[in-house]
Amino acid sequence: METDDREGNRMWEEDSSPKHLLDTMFARGIKRKCFDGEEDIEGTLAGFKSVPSYNLQRQSLLDMSLVKLQLCHMLVEPNLCRSVLIANTVRQIQEEMTQDGTWQVINAQNTGQASLDRLVSSDILCRSTKEQGEGKLVPSYSSFSKDFEDIQSQDIISDLSTVASVQAPRNPQSNVWEMENPQENRGNFQKSLDQIFETLENKNPNSVEDLFSDVDNSYYDLDTVLTGMMSNTKMGHCDVLESFSSQTTTNSNSNCKSDINELDHIVEILVES
Amino acid sequence: MSQKPVGGPPGEEEVDWCLYQLNGTTEFEVSEADIISTVEFNHTGELLATGDKGGRVVIFQREPESKNEPHSQGEYNVYSTFQSHEPEFDYLKSLEIEEKINKIKWLPQQNAAHSLLSTNDKTIKLWKVTERDKRPEGYNLKDEEGKLKDLSTVTSLQVPVLKPMDLMVEVSPRRIFANGHTYHINSISVNSDCETYMSADDLRINLWHLAITDRSFNIVDIKPANMEDLTEVITASEFHPNHCNLFVYSSSKGSLRLCDMRASALCDKHSKLFEEPEDPSNRSFFSEIISSVSDVKFSHSGRFMLTRDYLTVKVWDLNMETKPIETYQVHDYLRSKLCSLYENDCIFDKFECAWNGSDSVIMTGAYNNFFRMFDRNTKRDVTLEASRESSKPRAILKPRRVCVGGKRRKDDISVDSLDFTKKILHTAWHPAENIIAIAATNNLYIFQDKVNSEMH
Repeated sequence: METDDREGNRMWEEDSSPKHLLDTMFARGIKRKCFDGEEDIEGTLAGFKSVPSYNLQRQSLLDMSLVKLQLCHMLVEPNLCRSVLIANTVRQIQEEMTQDGTWQVINAQNTGQASLDRLVSSDILCRSTKEQGEGKLVPSYSSFSKDFEDIQSQDIISDLSTVASVQAPRNPQSNVWEMENPQENRGNFQKSLDQIFETLENKNPNSVEDLFSDVDNSYYDLDTVLTGMMSNTKMGHCDVLESFSSQTTTNSNSNCKSDINELDHIVEILVES
Repeated sequence: MSQKPVGGPPGEEEVDWCLYQLNGTTEFEVSEADIISTVEFNHTGELLATGDKGGRVVIFQREPESKNEPHSQGEYNVYSTFQSHEPEFDYLKSLEIEEKINKIKWLPQQNAAHSLLSTNDKTIKLWKVTERDKRPEGYNLKDEEGKLKDLSTVTSLQVPVLKPMDLMVEVSPRRIFANGHTYHINSISVNSDCETYMSADDLRINLWHLAITDRSFNIVDIKPANMEDLTEVITASEFHPNHCNLFVYSSSKGSLRLCDMRASALCDKHSKLFEEPEDPSNRSFFSEIISSVSDVKFSHSGRFMLTRDYLTVKVWDLNMETKPIETYQVHDYLRSKLCSLYENDCIFDKFECAWNGSDSVIMTGAYNNFFRMFDRNTKRDVTLEASRESSKPRAILKPRRVCVGGKRRKDDISVDSLDFTKKILHTAWHPAENIIAIAATNNLYIFQDKVNSEMH
């Protein structure tokens, strides 16, 4: 397949690009048997030296979908239809991975208390609460509430470690679909996205666990957050905030670059009071 | 796939489409607000309304035939332009409400005025379009400028007379139907009773009376008790053209539900469910997404329904729920590219579809500014392009072809060269004649049947 010189939105560059491979893999619902010479992919696969495994392809699709769900919070008001379709796709993949046993393996590695049968609901997909003791494979992100008196965001701070400091009931309103309380949803998820992208780049094939291996558990340790004694420089501008805030209802891990003006303003208020 | 042009009324098979007129700015001046978001002919085809992302509505009127000026016949000239919706900010939710016009629907004309409904994500407005070409002159108490006269100067009485003036088109908002929807409105449809209309968002459908704005009646509600259980949303809905009690709504899972308002107040339970079983050989992770119905339209006869999903258009017979009676491939060459299209979000594009006046031809848009027509009788189809380069006024449109490897003819376009930013989502067909309106980004193309236009 040749690329056209014409300007425009060219999606497919080289034959061996991951995107292209993904296309051919998923074209006809090919599951295990990728290379058994199905007619419609034969022509396109010709000339390839190596094709990544189906599991890797599926994992890429899962990662892509999770990123898309995260990004939906950044928009003015998420397109509900699109979000539902993506979440359904994620569920489908997870179901298949559960049947494969892939899901099970990863869960067992992470913690011994994996809840294997429980599929991630769409709520958790977008809010990404990684509850302690359960290896739910969702990216965690922090909800940076602009309203410091909003205690609702507390429930989003959940431990990755086994030490449970806070286990607030899940806020049913903090939900990807709900519009009534979008403040949580519209919080700053930049940090979590950074995590996701980082781990996506670094991860090895078939190692779903690696997706979360880079996550620094100390972020989610409420004690650390409360005392503001984070030594990790990733906190950036936020540690100023942490040391002042008496109500640490927020997870300070969010990348506050985009909210720095607001932070300054809030810090001013806190200092003056 | 035959390349002969299609689209004529039964008995007249071949139609040559040619560009009649083109409205819009050149590509270097495109601003997001100018992107056309909906196109709709009125019931006679005399008026054509477009809505754009900036919340504006432009109404075109067809010039009446005149023997004196043969060249300007049938032209659609701008009749009125007005700002329908403004951007709003929902302070409670800290969310912006876009002013983009999602849909326009004309009301059947009942007097000299024309009325239309226009909607953005949250609010529907009823606009009345009136003409004024006369004005009264010769008042007794006021002078020509409207100032009160000094009564002592009035010595006789006169009857004011109507004198002609330059035509003025006035548009005024007569009703504002607000606060009816929590989720984004995707469709509106006027009932054949001309008294009510419905508006549908992702999870609910409301029934309104055209004269009552402070309340609406909820007739469909698919919101689950627990939002975590949400797996399906409403994508489009329409009233039956003849039976005022029937309406249909489509879902993101590819199903259609025909509901009868006589059955119960809340039409959560459908009267008929139209669903085609999935083809197991085509199954992939994207099966559900591409089965999501983006548009549903009843035929003029009311006997059939037309649906558009990502790769196909389907004709359904209201009497058969198990599967469509006809399926047409719009751009099957994209089937092997679904993952890329998922990545760049193109897979979520919502294309509309349209019937011609006699229900013999169906039309829908595609990428690269292509649009497709399918003749239901001859089973022939054609791909045409709406672009400045390939459309000279009055020149017949040349059919286009997308090649998928193998033999490539001259002027064919390969799948990889398609421009996915140029998508034709909104199309409309004149209710009676072979005139079509195609929205390509910020440009409005009007194509006519060459024979048709030459007759005038």
